[in-house]
Amino acid sequence: MSSTSILAGSAGGAPRSRWLWRITEYVPQIMLAPSVLFSFVYVFGFTAWTFYISLSNSSLLPTYDFVGFEHYASLWENRRWVVAYTNLFLFGSLYVIGGVAIGLLLAILIDQRVKGESIWRTIYLYPLAVSFVVTGTVWNWLFSPTSGIQAFVRTLGWTDFRFDWITDRNFAIYTVVITGIWQASGFAMALFLAGLRSVDHDLIKAAQIDGAGMRRIYWRIVLPAIRPIFIAVIVILLQYAIKTFDLVVALTVGGPGIATTMPAIVVYDFMFQRGQIAEGAAAAIMILIALFGVLVPYGFWAWWRTRREAARG
Amino acid sequence: MASAVAAYDPLATSGARRRAGAMVFVYALLVVFAGYYLLPLAVIVLNTFRDLPEIQRTGLIGLPSSFSLSAWPEAWAHYCVGGTCAGISRNFWNSVELVIPATIISTAIGALNGYILSKWRFRGSEFIFGAMTLGVFVPGQMSLLPWAFILGKLGLTNTIAGLVLVHCVQGISFTTLFCRNYYVNIPDDLIKAARIDGAGFWRIFRKIILPLSPPILIVTVIWQFTGIWNEFLFAVVFSSGEGQPITAALIALTGGGTSVHQYNVEAAAVLIAALPPLLVYFFGGRYFIRGLTQGAIK
Repeated sequence: MSSTSILAGSAGGAPRSRWLWRITEYVPQIMLAPSVLFSFVYVFGFTAWTFYISLSNSSLLPTYDFVGFEHYASLWENRRWVVAYTNLFLFGSLYVIGGVAIGLLLAILIDQRVKGESIWRTIYLYPLAVSFVVTGTVWNWLFSPTSGIQAFVRTLGWTDFRFDWITDRNFAIYTVVITGIWQASGFAMALFLAGLRSVDHDLIKAAQIDGAGMRRIYWRIVLPAIRPIFIAVIVILLQYAIKTFDLVVALTVGGPGIATTMPAIVVYDFMFQRGQIAEGAAAAIMILIALFGVLVPYGFWAWWRTRREAARG
Repeated sequence: MASAVAAYDPLATSGARRRAGAMVFVYALLVVFAGYYLLPLAVIVLNTFRDLPEIQRTGLIGLPSSFSLSAWPEAWAHYCVGGTCAGISRNFWNSVELVIPATIISTAIGALNGYILSKWRFRGSEFIFGAMTLGVFVPGQMSLLPWAFILGKLGLTNTIAGLVLVHCVQGISFTTLFCRNYYVNIPDDLIKAARIDGAGFWRIFRKIILPLSPPILIVTVIWQFTGIWNEFLFAVVFSSGEGQPITAALIALTGGGTSVHQYNVEAAAVLIAALPPLLVYFFGGRYFIRGLTQGAIK
């Protein structure tokens, strides 16, 4: 690719070089084109294609016989899917509440001018560098009644101690919650800490002079000031929750039975284990809709906020 | 960071003695939570050095009373996964072969796109940018069938090259977003001056943009590296057996089910799989966190 500067010198010369010069004017667009093509194909094309498959009667291979919303109807009658969706709501809400609560608590603790701040931060954040698969595998061992926490407490002498949630279909979902929070709360902590550090110190000093106690200062001044961070953390965690796949595969494989199955696992099962790709595509579209349910309101809120700030100058 | 620590002291509102008491409470809580976060890491690391009989006797949680390094070579080169007994070294190298080209290519594309979308804007470029960044949110499940179809057509099913392609395309959104948002803050006057001096598209990129880029390139490389190394869904769908990257192979290795767990060997395998991103985190932590907060907030 020749540089514009050389050709710019010959602009207005012979027709051939003028033509070349015209081309070099469009170098940015030409260089961007492949990326635009690829990303549009996978953002819009892939989505449209998956949507179309969900309306066809494809089973093992894609076919294009249109059957309408039949697969969506059968999906909602499928017990697996209903369990998965219920799990998503239970897991999603506990995961977000737990992640926000622990993240905020840790951020506030670290914000008390503790010694060794970077060490604490490093400890709380490292899980984020660890894959969901590694996380799920290790916690599976810890939750295992025969070798993990239960076995350990029993060797300490408390011989009828029980902690066997992972094998109990009513409690297994909470092991997913504990593991998920372990992985994500440090991240919430990092965002909250950045927020706490950005709060206007004069406001806090003024409140201290007025004799406001610490709890009041946090409740009335600091936390309201970082409201945007709360919303960002909640949206990000919800997004992770909706996409949850590897964590559960590694931790419980969706079991015992189907007790901890998740929508993303159902998609995978339909598409690649059972050869019902139309149902799988319908389930994938449902996941997309759930994401929209979170992201569209967030988008509007962000847009409204920037407009309001712009209006204020 | 530490020097920018708040000029106020929330606990100072209530007298020195109460502050001391409160600080004990603060440290106690910090230690309790540190236990929660460190327990899995400690268990994994310690168990790689314990004998299997000892683990079977006392469970996974406990200090080693035996010391042995044998689990490491066993996990690396001999452990049996799905019939072949060659350890996880092959899968480890698959991941290396995947992560290096995919990280470099996707970062390079992102830098170029970010440069164009911030410094060579044209009619519709803002729309293009917005549409590209939508890709950040689209769940992987949406693209499984199309990718399966495309990789099949290209003859790239169950190859590392196929996974490189998938990650390069899927990565464009993120890398473009990171780089564009960084380059936007480079003054336009710098570019204008260079253009007046006769510098063109590539010259400006090489002489002005790239020298200013290391901070964002490090962030992007770290983000892509950890993301691709840890990725599971595409890896498990588009590759199998000996062709799997390590994150996917780990499930086959530890979730064997039928046989008795060889916890010490499996712990070594898990640690080997977790090590590259952990090293990146410990040595590039500053950039890692920056990428995280940037990727999240934007």
